[in-house]
Amino acid sequence: MHDAPFTRRLFLQRGCALASLAATVPCFIERSALGMLGNPLLSSQPGVPDHRILVVVQLGGGNDGLNTVVPYGDPEYFKVRPNLALQAPGPSGSGVSLQLDQQLGLGLHPALAPLKSLYDEGLVSVVQGVGYPNPNRSHFTSMDIWHTGRLDAKGSGWIGRYFDATCNGTPIPEGAVAVGRSAPLAMEGNIQKPISFESPELFRWLGEDLHPALKDPYEAINRSGTLPGTGGDTQKDFLMRTALDAQVASGRILAAVAKAPLVRYPETPLARQLRTIGAMIRAEMPTRVYYATIGGFDTHGGQNTRHAQLLRQVAEAIEPFQRDLKAQGNDARVVTMVFSEFGRRVKQNGANGTDHGTAAPVFVIGAGVKPGIVGTHPSLTDLDQGDLKYGIDFRSVYASLLGDWMKAPSEQILRGNFPSAGIVRA
Amino acid sequence: MDHPLTPLLKKDFDFAAAQHLLNRAGFGGTPQQVRALVELGLDDSLDLIVEFDAGDRKRAKAGESEEGETPARDRGPLFVHGDFKPDVLREETPEERAELARAREAKDEETIARLQALRQQRERDDREQLALMQKTWLQRMIETPRPFEEKLTLFWHGHFATGYRTIENSWHMAIQNETLRRLGSGDFQTLVRAIISDPAMLRYLDNNQNRRRSPNENLARELMELFTLGEGNGYTERDIKEGARALTGRTYRGNDYYFDRQQFDPGPKTILGRTGNLDGDGFVSTILERPECPRFIAWKFYRFFVNDAPTLSPEGKECIERLADEFRRNDGRIRPTLRTLFRSRHFYAPENRLAVVKSPTQLVVQTIRSLGTPPREMKSLVDAGDLMGQQLFQPPSVKGWDGGRSWINTATLFVRQNVVVYLVTGRRPKGFDWSDSEMRYDSFPLVAHLRDAQGGLDAHETIRAVASFALGGSIAPERIEQLDRFLDGLDQSGRETAITNDRIKALLCLIGAMPEYQLC
Repeated sequence: MHDAPFTRRLFLQRGCALASLAATVPCFIERSALGMLGNPLLSSQPGVPDHRILVVVQLGGGNDGLNTVVPYGDPEYFKVRPNLALQAPGPSGSGVSLQLDQQLGLGLHPALAPLKSLYDEGLVSVVQGVGYPNPNRSHFTSMDIWHTGRLDAKGSGWIGRYFDATCNGTPIPEGAVAVGRSAPLAMEGNIQKPISFESPELFRWLGEDLHPALKDPYEAINRSGTLPGTGGDTQKDFLMRTALDAQVASGRILAAVAKAPLVRYPETPLARQLRTIGAMIRAEMPTRVYYATIGGFDTHGGQNTRHAQLLRQVAEAIEPFQRDLKAQGNDARVVTMVFSEFGRRVKQNGANGTDHGTAAPVFVIGAGVKPGIVGTHPSLTDLDQGDLKYGIDFRSVYASLLGDWMKAPSEQILRGNFPSAGIVRA
Repeated sequence: MDHPLTPLLKKDFDFAAAQHLLNRAGFGGTPQQVRALVELGLDDSLDLIVEFDAGDRKRAKAGESEEGETPARDRGPLFVHGDFKPDVLREETPEERAELARAREAKDEETIARLQALRQQRERDDREQLALMQKTWLQRMIETPRPFEEKLTLFWHGHFATGYRTIENSWHMAIQNETLRRLGSGDFQTLVRAIISDPAMLRYLDNNQNRRRSPNENLARELMELFTLGEGNGYTERDIKEGARALTGRTYRGNDYYFDRQQFDPGPKTILGRTGNLDGDGFVSTILERPECPRFIAWKFYRFFVNDAPTLSPEGKECIERLADEFRRNDGRIRPTLRTLFRSRHFYAPENRLAVVKSPTQLVVQTIRSLGTPPREMKSLVDAGDLMGQQLFQPPSVKGWDGGRSWINTATLFVRQNVVVYLVTGRRPKGFDWSDSEMRYDSFPLVAHLRDAQGGLDAHETIRAVASFALGGSIAPERIEQLDRFLDGLDQSGRETAITNDRIKALLCLIGAMPEYQLC
């Protein structure tokens, strides 16, 4: 049976670190390098922070920014949201916001208490009023704009282009992983393609559950692939290599999640996704960008209860994830961004809910961030057709994550010069 | 002299060749169906497959009509049956609009909320209709007696890719799908002209915002880059700008194409060297006169029907050139062009057998049609398609699906293997909302036919025949060995190895998990 030493280094050689050489060395050297497994020169590239990881948490449906980061210092807030407004910080209770910054008159939704403790520990950057010009209020289009990083919402994804730009010609197996039903457009590159799986238990062949006798022949069939560079490149060679990769990745992922996590995660869908991601990071998977998703933020009616539940799920998933990373000793390697396709209208609607709006806050979390509040809270009176005006272009957030954190050519990836929002420590 | 499009010798149209044709021009078939093609011979097989509507056309010529007959559920228009409604996502009526305006005026939040809730309900209903359309189309592909009609429709769906996510109108997607089916085997010019009059496409590429005073270049650009010429093939940014002017005013009202004369730019334009007061149709015929167009379409045909490996062989290149000539000679008629391709020696060459990565749709439909498994739950199969990267009516972008190797990664490979397990055994993966299917797969017809056709095979020979058939005509020696070993391992008693339905099912699960099962 095939028993290649599949180490993290091998994955890296086959992926990014090697490909980053490809830009500077002639093709034939790259080819021969493929055969040189274990060459220590290839294991780490100066200036290529291959150990850094980005995690994206998507809040689908349009999260109400004004009830997430609460402008309690502005009397207008209470006027436009007579039934929805959260109170200024005070004795804790439902509907009383948590103090974020007294001087600025900003609070956090009370359900975000676990996030607040991370904030107090200097692990959270709150980026205010993030949006883009001529906001689109369709969920799908606005989400596509965020995913493509382009105002026309067309083309490949911004994370996909990150891989394409840094891994010239060679996709990393499991480089981009979405724990969820389908891979997000954001991760679709021209070269790099994301993989996605809803739960690690499904990242395997289910036929072996039918009869134990099927396991051996299945393995023989799927582990007979050759390493890249050592075999041919027919369609069948390609498939056999991928099949071998799949077996290896499946084994690693299943082994990773079989280990009990170092901290306790709640049993919610988002926490399960982040627990899987935490396990994969701990297992030193070659993944550079992970994606997790939670939907349901489209709170047109009866918002208060639902919104609180959702935010609680978010905070109660992110906080243990951060603790997990710290316990693993990986907290300095991982930065997490939390975003939604748009915020909601300033005024509440007639159904104690809010309709589709524009700019909203983005959270960036991790030991590598510059903690604090970035940008100014959008004005509640200087509006554009009843909606907030954005202060920070979302692509400036991306520019910081790509350029400052991942050390990638953000201008090339974003196809434009967006000043870094400076969220990450240099 | 021989060239790639030289017809295949009649004697070379054997079982494997016929199976190859049925896989590529359609979605595969049972051993009986393949055998029937062999007996018909190549030309009659092509008549059957490619000229799928010859009977209809003959009737139409003779002035007969099918009027009064119930439309067939398994061929022709797909969404005409009562289950589908054109007005699920209707616009607000003038009364509703007036009511909304009044409510806004009076700050009557309750009425505003009620009207918005109605609108949201319509949007939900529309998404449900799309889900039904996905299942219905998949079912059609599984059942149709005209697989080539659906295969072409799928091809054009990826070529003139339009996504429901963006347009959010299921009926517009239905209209487009019918257009692709109706015109997909006809002539290319008619098809392209229909596409620039197609509400879904006009909305998808923002041509409803392409106005005389503020042109929108989106459709003009993709029309050349993705639909006809190929990226950067013989046109400039200036041609795009001028082309956009020719497309001004092309929009839709409700479910119909609408030419808004007020928004049309009537001035002279110069596109691709041709100057005149060009409109949309004029723009299309200008593009289609370029030599880049047949070459680009021939290349797309080649990648879809012949070989989608990343590198093209010299014969492949020549084949594309010849196919482009053929397309031109046929005045852009699609059916005779593809018929020539399917008749050619190159199409059947060893290098092109098992050289296409099955699309997720192909994988599912071909498994059902060739092995004869129960189709099981359409919803589950649609969901599986999504997991494998192909959701019908939801191509990832206007580029369509990249196809080829991009279908395959470590995650999709497991889903692909597991879908075969699901089809063969009815076992659904835990944790999915896939419904468990109790329907039993009876492999006997498949096995019996293969065994009898070759005259009383023993157990091992039978397995080999089944595997070779399921894998599209060839099986590697190490695979035979692996399957033999599995079979021998089951019978420790020394008795003669028995072929049971369960064993065949187990073998098909293993075969479906072979890397080469992903090829057709």
